[in-house]
Amino acid sequence: MIKVQGLTKSFGRQQVLRGLDLEVPTGSITVIIGRSGGGKSVLLKHLIGLLHPDAGRVLVDGVEITGLRGRALDEIRQRYGVVFQGGALFDSMRCAENVAFPLREKLHLPRPEIVRRVEAALHQVGLEGMGAKYPAEISGGMRKRVAIARALVTEPEIVFFDEPTTGLDPILVNTIHHLILDLHQKFRFTAVMVSHEIPEIFEIADTVAMLHEGRIAEVGPPPAIQASSNPVVRQFIRGEPENAEGR
Amino acid sequence: MTDRPLPLALRALDALGQRATYVVDSLGRFGTFLGQALATILTPPFKFWAFIDRIHYIGYRSLLIIVLTGGFTGMVLGLQVYLTLVRFGSEAYLGPAVALSLIRELGPVLAALMVTGRAGSALTAEIGIMRITEQIDALTVMALNPLRYLVAPSILAGLVTFPLMTAIFDVVGIFGGYLVGVELLGLSQGTYFGEMQTFVDMQDIMTGFWKSLSFGVVVTWVCTYKGFNVGHGAEGVAKATTDAVVLSSVLILVWDYFMGSVLP
Ligand SMILES: Nc1ncnc2c1ncn2[C@@H]1O[C@H](COP(=O)(O)OP(=O)(O)OP(=O)(O)O)[C@@H](O)[C@H]1O
Ligand SMILES: [Mg+2]
Repeated sequence: MIKVQGLTKSFGRQQVLRGLDLEVPTGSITVIIGRSGGGKSVLLKHLIGLLHPDAGRVLVDGVEITGLRGRALDEIRQRYGVVFQGGALFDSMRCAENVAFPLREKLHLPRPEIVRRVEAALHQVGLEGMGAKYPAEISGGMRKRVAIARALVTEPEIVFFDEPTTGLDPILVNTIHHLILDLHQKFRFTAVMVSHEIPEIFEIADTVAMLHEGRIAEVGPPPAIQASSNPVVRQFIRGEPENAEGR
Repeated sequence: MTDRPLPLALRALDALGQRATYVVDSLGRFGTFLGQALATILTPPFKFWAFIDRIHYIGYRSLLIIVLTGGFTGMVLGLQVYLTLVRFGSEAYLGPAVALSLIRELGPVLAALMVTGRAGSALTAEIGIMRITEQIDALTVMALNPLRYLVAPSILAGLVTFPLMTAIFDVVGIFGGYLVGVELLGLSQGTYFGEMQTFVDMQDIMTGFWKSLSFGVVVTWVCTYKGFNVGHGAEGVAKATTDAVVLSSVLILVWDYFMGSVLP
């Protein structure tokens, strides 16, 4: 279980998170939605320990990670898989090497096992045969999929996705969502996903949390969010323009 | 940050204090960075292939520019020193004069400056781009230490390649001096090399060696640090690259004077 309590973060004068509370139950898929620039990526970076909050705590299975540094934090991160918003592929390595990298450096698997797993992972995201290309030589959507393959190939316990499907065509969005669902059923990882894919995410999420003005405005199972009476949530999931509210 | 505006008289003092704190803070982080990088060098696992790759990146790719600048530096020295010595009728000492200036001073310094321009700037840009595209964060969240993968191999490669580049610079430079002094100006070959052997001793060579070794650390340290702490976007990378080259060059010259006054 990941527990976020009173998370507060400012950059200079700009307050991005203002006492945010959130609980992510073990083994569930929690999707965070919210306006662009609202602080979703910032929240995710606190969960993976890349940013340190001004106030508040993040607890992973009861361990507070906000104060941890170095080796103690790495122990928690051993269980993580992260898909960054921009993919964050190592551009000096071929795609297959990117996927192989955590297997080699983190899990120290033997080479034949790595080759087998990399092929399977690339096949799962529909990129078989693309392993020899460099990240700069493939499309943005393909990079996203390589990043997903790299994050999931180590079979992590907790996976963070920052907009894993943004920029993909509708068929691929569903393919990736089904892939995440399949793998979730297989490995039962805990997933925290930032996504703009409305309404598709309602089919895969166990919990949806709406981030608004630095706090979670509403959280609940997809039907509850879809039927929400909160005007902020309603406006967001219907995609109404900003000035429509007053009319 | 104070809420109430300070009285005018105190504002300058406040700005000065903030500036000083900033400088001390930066120096501290700069030093800690090297300490942490050295710690990853001294603890396993050692990233052997990354180290080999960095030798190629810093050393091999700078080879051409080193040979070119080394050759012309030697030729310029040959000509100018000859023209000076001939006034005192002591042109026989052209060999040792060229060799000593190259081995003690110009070789280590110019080779280091050339490698900084060729490879140091590229190193900063590469690491800077890895930072802004979150590749360094990706390493971090894999529970892998980016210093071990990106910085430690570069510093070690600097230790290996800078003395080698300097040696090549010296040798090519001495040959350049030979071309001008002997082939062009008619000095005898025996005089040029013979006097060199008499006057250049091991101590001179070691001076150059220690200098180049320390430049190897300074340049890779500055360049990786600037890449690691890059600002935002393409502009941030551009600024970091410029800063890295300027700071490396200044430190090379300052450190060279210091070493020159300490070493025999
Ligand atoms: N390192 C940083 N330094 C300064 N400001 C930052 C930093 N990271 C994020 N911000 C600011 O925090 C705010 C939230 O950014 P964030 O990336 O979390 O948005 P987001 O919700 O992920 O948006 P999107 O859906 O477009 O990805 C932005 O206004 C951004 O300017
Ligand atoms: Mg984002």
